[in-house]
Amino acid sequence: MKQNFIGALCAVAVMGGAFAQTPKKPAAKPAAKMAPAPMVEEKDAATLEFEKFRAEMEESNPAELFEMKGEEQWKTKRGPKNVSLAESCDLGQGVGKVEGAYVKMPRYFADADAVMDAERRIVWCMVEKQGFKFDEIAAKPFANANFTPDITNLVTYVAGHSRNMKIAVPLKDPKVREAYETGKAMAAYRAGPYDFSCNTCHGSDGKRIRMQNLPNLSTAAGAMKGVQGWPGYRMTGGVMLTHQWRMGDCFRQQRFPQPKYASDAIAYLLTYMIGNANGQVYKGPGIKR
Amino acid sequence: MTKKIILAASMAATLMIALPAVAEGDYRAKAIATFNKDFQARGQASIDRLAEDGLQLICNRTGNKPPEYIAKQMEADQLADVKYPADGKMLGDWKAGEKLAQSGRGFTWSDKPGLPVGGNCYNCHRISPNETSFGTIGPTLYQFGKLRGNTPDIQKYVYSKIYNAKAHNLCSEMPRFGRVGALGEKQIKDLVALLLDPASPVNK
Ligand code: HEC
Ligand code: HEC
Repeated sequence: MKQNFIGALCAVAVMGGAFAQTPKKPAAKPAAKMAPAPMVEEKDAATLEFEKFRAEMEESNPAELFEMKGEEQWKTKRGPKNVSLAESCDLGQGVGKVEGAYVKMPRYFADADAVMDAERRIVWCMVEKQGFKFDEIAAKPFANANFTPDITNLVTYVAGHSRNMKIAVPLKDPKVREAYETGKAMAAYRAGPYDFSCNTCHGSDGKRIRMQNLPNLSTAAGAMKGVQGWPGYRMTGGVMLTHQWRMGDCFRQQRFPQPKYASDAIAYLLTYMIGNANGQVYKGPGIKR
Repeated sequence: MTKKIILAASMAATLMIALPAVAEGDYRAKAIATFNKDFQARGQASIDRLAEDGLQLICNRTGNKPPEYIAKQMEADQLADVKYPADGKMLGDWKAGEKLAQSGRGFTWSDKPGLPVGGNCYNCHRISPNETSFGTIGPTLYQFGKLRGNTPDIQKYVYSKIYNAKAHNLCSEMPRFGRVGALGEKQIKDLVALLLDPASPVNK
């Protein structure tokens, strides 16, 4: 049953035309064709269909599979130092504590002297506490059709333990504030062959690229759309992906070079975006178009 | 040419003096330092793409709202730079234009380098009524020719707008397709035809 849903979801997923479509994946849009010329406020056919599927899938959220794997990896002794993250990794709430940690990041970690989002922090623990090599993790950080990196499971596990909690990025901490302001300036920075910045596509309300709605990340409601459902089981391609991946793919569409994995650059942008969503309820890892 | 550069440079200098209290000054510097530190070249997306050119710098520094006198002068510079077709004909084949308007390919790190690239037009504009999957970052261009006419002046305007959108609106969100070499003369002519040719579905 679940397999069928996932298959159907994948089929729906190809509808929206990507901004930077590659020849390999032409943007088919059969359902979109049937839709009337949409008004900005109206939900297009693709959105309605997606919401229907999501409702049907609520009972069997595919993210939970990844959470379960992540839990096992969190609790198992691993890496050259043969320690578990549960006995060594502090996500800001005390060693091994995952409850509510995801919604309180990015935050400043004195031991690393850096502002870190959840994924960056877990990578840091894997390197510093378990002895894994950063370059090896960073070489293949995102899922594809045949492969899901451990880090994706771990992030999904940690995120799952903030389900139905309020976003609370500690913006009063001066280091976090600085990261927020820097991220804000980065989001406004136009460069590259097309003069794009994040704000070109995500800087005002009610905009779309083809049929894809573009949340306005400078508003509380828009920022929450950019946070909700991540890490997410993405119907396009049928893989589990994290916020780090989303940031990278948007820089690709922006025609920028590639941001380094788990870097300050991504942490600052996430601080800005997640900080703007403060006070709103995070529903846990989910499904993304 | 040199004169223009000097002018632009001195305007940029004036601007910085004229707006000393730009509050985000420090964060902008930190943002740029972070871009330079934390990005790597991939495919055709080289590191030099992170640097601002003169126009991007003015738009970034002023939150896309440059003072009128600077905007007018720099728009004029951009317009002077537009290369119109040697044969003076602006109208190409609207069918080829429609294909080009559909494609969003080009310039990302996952695209093969080289031309031709897509126009991306439907990502931001409603154009032909037959295409209902369109973006809304730009205004609708449906019935553009019907509403604005198909005079030589309008043809020239549309050609130059596609060649360099910033010649008419300095901090426009629309790329400078001709200026950056994304679209050549033939492609721009075809797109002008898509918008203006009375036979194009846009104007039916
Ligand atoms: C050229 C246009 C473009 C640019 C520039 C761009 N994005 Fe995006 N962004 C998109 C598209 C298209 C989507 C996919 C929307 C969807 O799937 O419905 C998206 C999705 C997102 C999402 C997920 C939204 C959701 O509903 O979950 C986030 C977060 C995001 N972008 C952030 C950014 C940030 C930060 C930047 C700057 C680094 C950026 N984007 C630059 C086009 C862009
Ligand atoms: C990233 C979004 C974006 C893309 C891609 C884009 N445009 Fe635009 N375009 C805009 C915006 C925003 C405006 C309105 C502001 C302005 O005039 O610059 C505009 C304005 C225009 C205008 C002037 C409209 C008028 O009323 O005078 C024309 C003509 C136009 N675009 C044609 C095109 C064509 C043809 C393409 C494809 C080659 C294209 N655009 C691609 C965003 C875009």
